[in-house]
Amino acid sequence: MPIYRSHVLVCGGTPCVLKGAKTLKDLLNKELNRYNLADEIRVVETGCLGPCDEGPVIVVYPEGTMYSRLQPSDIPRIVQSHLLKGRILQELVYQAPWSPPSAQEVPLEQEKYLGLQKRVVLRNCGRIDPDSIDEYIANDGYQALGKAVTTLRPDEVIEMVKEAKLLGRGGAGFPTGLKWSFTAKIDADQKYIICNADEGEPGTFKDRLIMEGDPHGIIEGMAIAGYAVGANQGIIYIRGEYALSIERMKRAIEQATAYGLLGERIFGSDFNFTIQVRSGAGAYVCGEETALIESLEGNRGEPRVKPPYPGVAGLWGKPTVVNNVETLANVPPIILNGPEWFRRIGTEKCPGTKVFTMLGDINNQGLIEVPMGITLREIVYGVGGGIPGGKGFKMAQTGGTSGGCLPAEFLDLPMDYDTLAKAGSALGSGAMLIIDDSHCVVDLLKSFMKFFVHESCGRCTPCREGTMRLYEIIQALAEGTATMADFRLLKELSATMQLTALCGLGQSAPNSLLTCMEYFADEFQAHLNGRCPTGTCKNITVKSDAV
Amino acid sequence: MTVTGLSQLATVIEKYKQTPGSLLDVLAEAQALNGYLSRPVLQQIAEGLALPESKVYGVATFYSLFKTAPTGRFIIRLCESAPCHVRGAADVLAAIEETLGIKPGETTADGRFTLEFTSCLGLCGVAPAIMIGEQVYGNLTPDRVKEILHNLGN
Repeated sequence: MPIYRSHVLVCGGTPCVLKGAKTLKDLLNKELNRYNLADEIRVVETGCLGPCDEGPVIVVYPEGTMYSRLQPSDIPRIVQSHLLKGRILQELVYQAPWSPPSAQEVPLEQEKYLGLQKRVVLRNCGRIDPDSIDEYIANDGYQALGKAVTTLRPDEVIEMVKEAKLLGRGGAGFPTGLKWSFTAKIDADQKYIICNADEGEPGTFKDRLIMEGDPHGIIEGMAIAGYAVGANQGIIYIRGEYALSIERMKRAIEQATAYGLLGERIFGSDFNFTIQVRSGAGAYVCGEETALIESLEGNRGEPRVKPPYPGVAGLWGKPTVVNNVETLANVPPIILNGPEWFRRIGTEKCPGTKVFTMLGDINNQGLIEVPMGITLREIVYGVGGGIPGGKGFKMAQTGGTSGGCLPAEFLDLPMDYDTLAKAGSALGSGAMLIIDDSHCVVDLLKSFMKFFVHESCGRCTPCREGTMRLYEIIQALAEGTATMADFRLLKELSATMQLTALCGLGQSAPNSLLTCMEYFADEFQAHLNGRCPTGTCKNITVKSDAV
Repeated sequence: MTVTGLSQLATVIEKYKQTPGSLLDVLAEAQALNGYLSRPVLQQIAEGLALPESKVYGVATFYSLFKTAPTGRFIIRLCESAPCHVRGAADVLAAIEETLGIKPGETTADGRFTLEFTSCLGLCGVAPAIMIGEQVYGNLTPDRVKEILHNLGN
């Protein structure tokens, strides 16, 4: 095996690729060849490094120097100065948005970005080549699967996941170990593990970057889940728009199969497991587990009436575990390090980490993984680097478009499933949409509601009709034609949808509206009076009693 | 559809005929042959997979990636979800409408571009974002999107 004195990791996540990372990689190789450095320095395309806003990003190891916002013209300079002469080009080095605790504790540039972070799910993202199974194995990859199938009974694996108190990371936060145990105890000729990678919640792109950055972690998690519940077939359902994720997952499955880590008699045991990739065709509702199963069966992706739950009767009527990408990626480290280790991270009720996507009016848009229980303030003003343009914080929508909106008074709320649900919002998928005070609440709600109108599958009346009526009333508010009666109807309709819609889509559609009506009541009143305080609603009819 | 197209479609159907639940795969491959799923194509699929035509039509019209009418050579899918909205998707939309002279849901007279809205593409780290065909574009400004369209138009 060749030994290299330096490694240059080029971020190959979609955001950096869009900003020209591939060109940088080609240029790097060209420049290294020109100086005959190709045998000494290896260029590796890796998964998301996190600071998507600062892309394209590269990291030079062993120093761990992160260069950001690179132009093609910077590459020859980096090669000549850093890689040839060993002089770091300070002016291109990534500047962390806050000061690290001390230089000794966080010596690497990359660690500055990772300062507040704790990487469990993203342990390999940005550190290894996602297309290389060998690099995954070299970082303890597939060791947890080996440990599970050769030294643990299936019920012991489930017990470990239960003890770790791992909650599903797709949005609902259901205990994973409990979910597995329902399926495990059923006697059936066929069971399935489905990895839900139909990521569609607006503001969420964590699963995309986990798949692009560390596909083997998901495969390993699925195989362990299969062993635990007695399933020998896995399916990963990836949304059709995620071309790079589909490509990387397929390649990783091929590699794992070639190494005998998938297939028959895994690690010499009696356990067999295969995985196939299926892609969606553009429907947000297919992120709902029963709609996803309908889609896999070749039908319209309309949710089923529950019970029975998929754990009992899922794909083709067989017991089926449906887990989110991030949930499964948490499984190998739990098996390898033990549940006690996992419980030491995060909060007592919600242990572990959470991958958040920070976006909207924030200086550093991107992907972060932090312990559960971090506050909104630490996200916005710490890792997120604050709000650009000197504007003030208005609200954060947590958990994507189906989540609620929290004003500044909630900045110190710990972010976990429990606390956010109590505040009328949701941790959901971990999307944090930060909104500054130049935006109008009614205008934002119009955008949120339009989404649900478009994505409602039409099967149940509360959602099909309710989303449309909510949108119409908000549209009327934006035009200044809404009345007090309309305003009351918004509340009544929202409550009805929460209680009676068939699936999570319709039940959660009014979340943002209800929280906004509570926390930004003045702005609603202003619109009822024909005035938009931010001046965003341009078509608003000014009423006689308004200025 | 041409004669070759029809025989290719028959091959696709044959490949998936025995696989339960493969309708979405068949529709995707059939669409790749001709750009959209015409009535005769849907009929042939229904017949080949022994499914009611209503079911095939129902599935084809449920998913946004399937098209039952001809589209332009390039389908521009503009994300209209909140994260892109907050970062100025409306200005990008205005620039596209101005450059191409079409509204969402329409196709240019030369059959080159179709403009449509889409829900979140998971490109929020580089919002506002669009997809043109399989290609994704992020961090858009009105000028940048005009430049992209200009380059594709030539």
